[in-house]
Amino acid sequence: MTARTQPARPQPSAIEGLDRLELGSLPVGSDSGRRLRKAWTAVWPKLLAIALILVIWQIVHLTGWKSYVLKGPGAVLSDLWHQMQHGLLWQAIGITLRRAVMGYALALVIGSIVGVLVARIPLLRAGVGSIITGLQTMPSIVWFPVGIVLFGLSTATILFVMVLGAAPSIANGLMTGVDYTPPLLLRAGQTMGLRGFALYRYLILPASLPAYVAGMKQGWAFAWRSLMAGELLVLILGQPSLGVLLNNNQNLQDFAGVTSIMIVILVIGILVDMVFNKIDAFIRRRRGLLNPGTAG
Amino acid sequence: MSVTHWQKTPPEQDPGASALSRPGLASADEIAVSLTDVSKVYGRGNSALLALDKVSLTAGRGEFVCLIGASGCGKSTLLSLVAGLDEPTAGTIATPGGRVTLMFQEPALFPWLTASRNVELALRARGVPRSQRADRVAELLETVHLGGFGDKRPHELSGGMRQRVALARALAQDADVLLMDEPFGALDAMTRDLLHDELERICSGRTLTVLFVTHNVREAVRLGDRVIVLSSRPGRVIEEYQVPRRGPRRIDSVEVAELASQITDRLREEMSRHDS
Repeated sequence: MTARTQPARPQPSAIEGLDRLELGSLPVGSDSGRRLRKAWTAVWPKLLAIALILVIWQIVHLTGWKSYVLKGPGAVLSDLWHQMQHGLLWQAIGITLRRAVMGYALALVIGSIVGVLVARIPLLRAGVGSIITGLQTMPSIVWFPVGIVLFGLSTATILFVMVLGAAPSIANGLMTGVDYTPPLLLRAGQTMGLRGFALYRYLILPASLPAYVAGMKQGWAFAWRSLMAGELLVLILGQPSLGVLLNNNQNLQDFAGVTSIMIVILVIGILVDMVFNKIDAFIRRRRGLLNPGTAG
Repeated sequence: MSVTHWQKTPPEQDPGASALSRPGLASADEIAVSLTDVSKVYGRGNSALLALDKVSLTAGRGEFVCLIGASGCGKSTLLSLVAGLDEPTAGTIATPGGRVTLMFQEPALFPWLTASRNVELALRARGVPRSQRADRVAELLETVHLGGFGDKRPHELSGGMRQRVALARALAQDADVLLMDEPFGALDAMTRDLLHDELERICSGRTLTVLFVTHNVREAVRLGDRVIVLSSRPGRVIEEYQVPRRGPRRIDSVEVAELASQITDRLREEMSRHDS
């Protein structure tokens, strides 16, 4: 058997038996070259996919199908580049993202509080548990009429709909996590003397974190959709959001402009999703739940 | 030093007081755990299952008692009852020995915490002030020979090492009675041997009463001061063996083998009675 570098062990005599063999499989350490290669293997399939999409898009454009609406990638990308030179796009992105953060933060707070309360209190759970699941499947856009009556054509209406779209998923994720806390760990916590608040703080909440994050991720998807729907329905004067730009470009029959804004919306969605995936992978790696093949 | 007799006394309201008044014992101090006619029924009606049937046993302070029996003898149920995780259907359980803690076949460590943090949490749950915790954790990890592994998370440790962390965590609870539910059952024989030595060393350094459940006869004889044999379905105490203590034993020594084969024969007899 070849010698392997192993972590420093102050009392090597203590770790014997088959323990010693098992330890050999511990990760040894990483050098920057390998990290770079790893990053490349994660990136190149994505670049390839983008290139493929551009090629197909160009081919469709060349066939001339609905050419009035469907602009080619060249026209759209140059329009996008052009818009990026102007403050308006960035102002719109700023306003939209501010709403996204506000609405999502609100949904996070409300969803978490509701989730903990429902998980904690059996009576609430019996009454409200299935309603929350039902709300989750309801398209949040149906809340707009109510929102407009309550708050008028304002940012509050958009936030209202975002919260109703996202909070049920977040609450549901947390409730699922609490339910799936391994019974063995609960028994261990009980014998340790963890009770009441401490039991939640040190055992149940950390144990439910993976399901909670999954719920947060799903909640973000709902919040982002609700926000886009809201910005198309609730146009507020003097607040150029991405929805407003989309609407304006449509009214001006500028379909290259419409497509550029759609690309911006898609890219923001992808970037936020990547952040959630990173958080998820981090949590899973710390708990030894990450398969080597599913990383990235 | 050990209390060799277990007795069947009628259930009483205050078992602590009854231990005091028992003629055979000098004082209540000597008994750490006592079960009196403990029965446990799961379910009700036709599907009711009698898991334990009038089990009476005691463990003296500082004594190492092994409970052995085929699967289905209610060993784990018994420990859950003593740990207070479950209520007996009938009978009384008293633990005048003080704080009780339970160790499982799986380490049951919290996977989001490092080894140190897992041990620390037990101290925190007990209300040990923050300033003392770090030192206590280091000391406990040294005790189980994991001095350099405090920063590792459970999934980075081997099965045997995880069980050592679980042992350190159990010791951190500063319990007087340690209940062990086949704690080494999932480990390979070599690792198990080493952990036997360590458990013996750790127990010899403190007054720890241990109830150790296993289905491995040699393990029971290797570790126990006394071995109690339980029958299956329902669990009853059928036999009790005092293990002659002559210093540290090895699992492959002659005395261990002799007593083990005697107990194995008794268990076989019990099992064949069931099969017929």
